[in-house]
Amino acid sequence: MSAATGQQQAAGPAPADEEAPKTPLQRLLGAQAFQILAVLLVLVVLFSAAEPDAFPSVNNFRNIVVNVSILAIIGVGMTFVIITGGIDLSVGSVLVFSGVVAAKTMEALGGQGVGVSLIGALVACVSGVLWGLLNGVLVAKAKVPPLIVTLGSLGMALGGAQIITGGIDVRGAPTVLTDTIGFGRLFGQIPYLSLISLVVVVLGAVLLHRTRFGRYTYAVGSNDEAARRVGVRVDRHLILIYTLAGFCAGLAGILNLAFFASTTIAGQSNTALNVIAGVVIGGTSLFGGIGTIAGTVVGLFIPAVLQNGFVIMGVQPFWQQVVVGAFLIVAVYVDQVRRAAAARGARARRSVASRFSRPARARRKEAQ
Amino acid sequence: MTAALEARGLRREFGHVRALDGADFDVDLGEVVALIGDNGAGKSTLVKALSGSLAVDSGEILSDGRPVTLDSPAAARSLGIETVYQDLALAPHLDPVQNMYLGREVMRSGLLGRLGFMDHTEMKDHTRRAFADLGATVRDFSAPVGSMSGGQRQQIAVARAAAWASRVIFLDEPTAALGVVQTRNVLDLIRRVRDRGIAVVFISHSMPHVIEVADRIQVLRLGRRIATYDAKQTSMEELVGAMTGAINQDAA
Repeated sequence: MSAATGQQQAAGPAPADEEAPKTPLQRLLGAQAFQILAVLLVLVVLFSAAEPDAFPSVNNFRNIVVNVSILAIIGVGMTFVIITGGIDLSVGSVLVFSGVVAAKTMEALGGQGVGVSLIGALVACVSGVLWGLLNGVLVAKAKVPPLIVTLGSLGMALGGAQIITGGIDVRGAPTVLTDTIGFGRLFGQIPYLSLISLVVVVLGAVLLHRTRFGRYTYAVGSNDEAARRVGVRVDRHLILIYTLAGFCAGLAGILNLAFFASTTIAGQSNTALNVIAGVVIGGTSLFGGIGTIAGTVVGLFIPAVLQNGFVIMGVQPFWQQVVVGAFLIVAVYVDQVRRAAAARGARARRSVASRFSRPARARRKEAQ
Repeated sequence: MTAALEARGLRREFGHVRALDGADFDVDLGEVVALIGDNGAGKSTLVKALSGSLAVDSGEILSDGRPVTLDSPAAARSLGIETVYQDLALAPHLDPVQNMYLGREVMRSGLLGRLGFMDHTEMKDHTRRAFADLGATVRDFSAPVGSMSGGQRQQIAVARAAAWASRVIFLDEPTAALGVVQTRNVLDLIRRVRDRGIAVVFISHSMPHVIEVADRIQVLRLGRRIATYDAKQTSMEELVGAMTGAINQDAA
């Protein structure tokens, strides 16, 4: 407290070289994640008004949450990747590949028990980590653009999954897995799937917003050269980020297997794009340096709520894709406008400042 | 008096180009030395060599009279040498506190610290104090640096270097892109850094700024130091003459 007052006194006579600091409330209201949350709430209110019997029910909301759960896990890793200014198109294929190797492993081990399921989960996560590691090394060390690296590994992981299975989905998983993780609920109310997702989201948010690892993630996306000069090991950090994204996709793979009791080989071609859309709608900038986990979660709920609402209202569900597409473009447009305004603002403020501070300086000279 | 940082006979060739051709340089604690010279005179190469970003082919670098090897920016940093590059090397999306401590985060004590949690309060308080001490006109410590004016960004970069440098700061063209008021703020900042007993090396093309803020002026030409002037007793004409080769004081 005393330090703060001292600082203000010291800075008191300084020229008017800047505007007043923003309050935390102004910051909150200005955040894209917050604005998109408002949009989400409006959507929920509209659908509730239109279908007061069917839409706003515990069961329906639980459905929406379950639909978002697996995407949110992938979204955590994707948010980290996009904040570094990268992209990961491979997550859908890595999910499939991890599900396939886990299913094959559990099939080979046999049995329906907890032990087999745990081994399956471990195999899926390790598979995800390895794909992510490959992506990360190629991006950070070989300097191949992330778009190309992950487009390549998208094909490799999907092709690999099809080679292993002959292109036919592995059906079935240990009953323990499907009955508890897939459909089980804590106290009969909260789906375990969503609980796991919540844990990942919270851990991801803490990692991104509270730790040095998260700080470096923003720094690398903001100005990798600056980060390098102050001693941040940028290459190592990028490898870890892509590995994290791979891990999330692998974890999503075992959960997907538990939920659908199938490896859904053909069903994940849009997963990466859907997750990227959610991340971007949630205010994470494709240019790097900006983004929040909370925004990603809200951004993923928007397509899910639209889909659900349209189905309930009897609107053709295809409209969801149209509306989500429009949302995506608007979100990126808002991000662009904002970044342009920030750049303009800095320049405008400078000229305003020099106009106002000249007399102040002259006055001080007179006083001396 | 032993120089805080001294270079003797530095040589460095890039192919057939002799960027440094036996360059000497010295700076004492608590003084501002301006390093001037025409384009290609070797200023940037010299600064890179003295801040650990570039290896030299031959020559000696002494810190406090002791020979040292500056083979990495980290080695320079451990000797209390910091550099503010022309591009400032700030992360525009991070706030001043985060930039100040980037790569040097203060961690929480105990287990939380080992898990990667940072001590935000400590970093924020210390940044406020460091900025206030230097009279830097930055008041919003939680806005992204990229939204601030060029002058403020320059001040943040200089304040960051000043906070970590215990002995020498290199400033590469710190006033190049600034307006009148911002330039004044940065020049004032340079004086205050010097008054704290730190050696400041100031590279600039602006002769009025050089004469105004520097204590001594060293002129590089064709990879050598050809003259050293007392800033109070020199003139713009003399400096330009030295830069263009009309005057050659050291060789005489």
